[in-house]
Amino acid sequence: MQNILFVFLRRLHVPLIVLISVYAVSILGFVLIPGMDNEGNPWRMDFFHAFYFVSYMGTTIGFGEIPYEFTGAQRLWATFSIYATVISWLYAIGYLLTIIQDPAFRNLLTESAFRRNVQRLSEPFYLICGYGDTGNFLVRALSEAGIRAVVVEIDQNRVNQLELAGYRTFVPGLCADASIPENLVKAGLQHYNCAGVVALTNEDAVNLKIAITSKLLNPGLRTIARAETHDVEKNIASFGTDHIINPFDTFAGRLALALHSPGMYLLYEWMTSVPHEPLREPVFPPNGRWILCGYGRFGKAVHERLKSEGVSTTVIEAMPDKTGTPSDGVVVGRGTEADTLHEADIQHAVGLVAGTDDDANNLSIVMTAKSLNPDLFTVLRQNSRANDVIFNAVQSDLIMQRGSIIAHKIFAIITTPLLADFLRLARRHDDDWANELISRIGGITGDEAPHAWMLTLNEEMAPAVHSMLEAGESLTVQNLTTDPHVYTEQLPLIVMLIKRDGDEAEQDILLPSPQEPLQAGDRLLLCGRYGTQASVEWLVANLNVLEYVLTGEDRPAGLIWRRWNRQHEQADET
Amino acid sequence: MNLEKVIFAFFIVLALTINFGFFIGDIDNPVHHNVYELYAALVISLIATVLKFGDRTHIGAVLLATSLVADVQLIIAAVIWGVVEHVTHTGMTPHVMAAIVSLSGGALLANITSVVLFVIETAMMRR
Repeated sequence: MQNILFVFLRRLHVPLIVLISVYAVSILGFVLIPGMDNEGNPWRMDFFHAFYFVSYMGTTIGFGEIPYEFTGAQRLWATFSIYATVISWLYAIGYLLTIIQDPAFRNLLTESAFRRNVQRLSEPFYLICGYGDTGNFLVRALSEAGIRAVVVEIDQNRVNQLELAGYRTFVPGLCADASIPENLVKAGLQHYNCAGVVALTNEDAVNLKIAITSKLLNPGLRTIARAETHDVEKNIASFGTDHIINPFDTFAGRLALALHSPGMYLLYEWMTSVPHEPLREPVFPPNGRWILCGYGRFGKAVHERLKSEGVSTTVIEAMPDKTGTPSDGVVVGRGTEADTLHEADIQHAVGLVAGTDDDANNLSIVMTAKSLNPDLFTVLRQNSRANDVIFNAVQSDLIMQRGSIIAHKIFAIITTPLLADFLRLARRHDDDWANELISRIGGITGDEAPHAWMLTLNEEMAPAVHSMLEAGESLTVQNLTTDPHVYTEQLPLIVMLIKRDGDEAEQDILLPSPQEPLQAGDRLLLCGRYGTQASVEWLVANLNVLEYVLTGEDRPAGLIWRRWNRQHEQADET
Repeated sequence: MNLEKVIFAFFIVLALTINFGFFIGDIDNPVHHNVYELYAALVISLIATVLKFGDRTHIGAVLLATSLVADVQLIIAAVIWGVVEHVTHTGMTPHVMAAIVSLSGGALLANITSVVLFVIETAMMRR
């Protein structure tokens, strides 16, 4: 703000001085020129009247000649003064308007408004660099979950999009180059409420710079960076970035998971879903030979994964001399025309992955393939969110949207750190285990995706449970999942994981049984329907509610009533 | 030689000298204090203030502040003069004259501070 005022005043130097000088000369003229009163006596205007007259003359209000009619000399001077003052006023006002409309000045205004908004943030917030498909999705998910975000984006159009998006929470956005540290500081990198930085720009070099900047300027910050090549990935990891996400690997990993163990894939999808997403239907990809269209970075990652899963593939690539060829040969062509697909023996393939970086080609591949082999299981890669409508119209078994997958992953990392532990442990089990779990989850959540959240049994988060556990009383998992309104009912939620700080190492209890005893300091990963979080939080924070759940009795809360009750009980016993 | 500095120094010193010219004389004697001098002091002081706008240095900020003080004092003095002559019609009494001159004396102090600061700044330049 101060900055703006200074710039404003500095630019107004000349017009202000012109205005003051013209006024001074005009006023002095009126004081010096002799006039005449009504009786014809000589009279001189004083400074007071001269200032008054020039003020209304200069602003063209024009009350007339006061206090006495002017003489010829005075009128001559007035004529001169009118032109001088009016012109200098127009000059000053015109100058002022030019400054206000100056793009540089407007930038300064929006920037200072942005800084003020960031400074005023009183809750933890995440700094998101890059507002493309992924950033857009992530910001929406965060705001749905009530987590604040600040966006830095280099493209003004996208910043405008952000302003028009209408999120539940206000998301300040700055149009600036995130690779310049100063811009990150403006966006609140050193703000004590800044909870983390997410580098999602299209360029690896920029993401690298963002990660370095945040590690140097605010070492305690959580940093999540996107890296498209393994080189940069290693580079970013070398200075302790918390999470590095390679979109191609993540994407290919998910695809391989979907093909290999659909149950586990669905579990991943559900657990990392964003608020109020519809529940995804399970998919069952067939076993057999697959056709893979596109052998770019994504295609390579998918090919590698499928190979390690033991799935045989036929690769179709338009420019194999540029991308390189897999060891088991390649069919040259785009895959959009029937000839190439025939050459890849589409009649005997069970599935097809349309994985080029061109959305129109991918759609064309799937439509051509479907007409040649209607039973084909098709996986469609979607590069841009803008094509949502046409992708939904095409009959494809699985649509994988890059931006959305990465955004889901980051959202899960930000909101529920325990989820990563859970998914890591889950991978040790087989697909049947996952299928059983998803049918359990499906039973409690209804149509919406489940909501996963964390609960720590400490003084701050769960005072009632903590004090009871400290007092030596025993509580089980079942006690926590009881409905605080009706103690005979259970809430629609599952305790997925308990993480406990053991004597030597951390102890993980995956899917604890209802009789599992709880300990103070346990960290729980819960998963249930939307709204159950509030019930559980009420239960663990309110001692009376907790006692009700344990005993089924509504215990009196006040001292007098408690004593009264005790006396009654004693009287009843005797 | 920097033309900006010349103009700046000119106005800042002129504000001091004219104000001094108005201030000097018996404090309550209207004959010793010319209305034109007060007028000139006020105009010059305003121009000097505008010239200080936009200087982001610390010394520039202090200069602006002292200049604003001088403006405020001189404007109050001018308003008092106008009020006694044309609003209350009491005319220029020695009592009012003393009030106006003492106000301009305050502005004079501010002007002196400005000049001292300006000299210090110049001495610090070493160029």
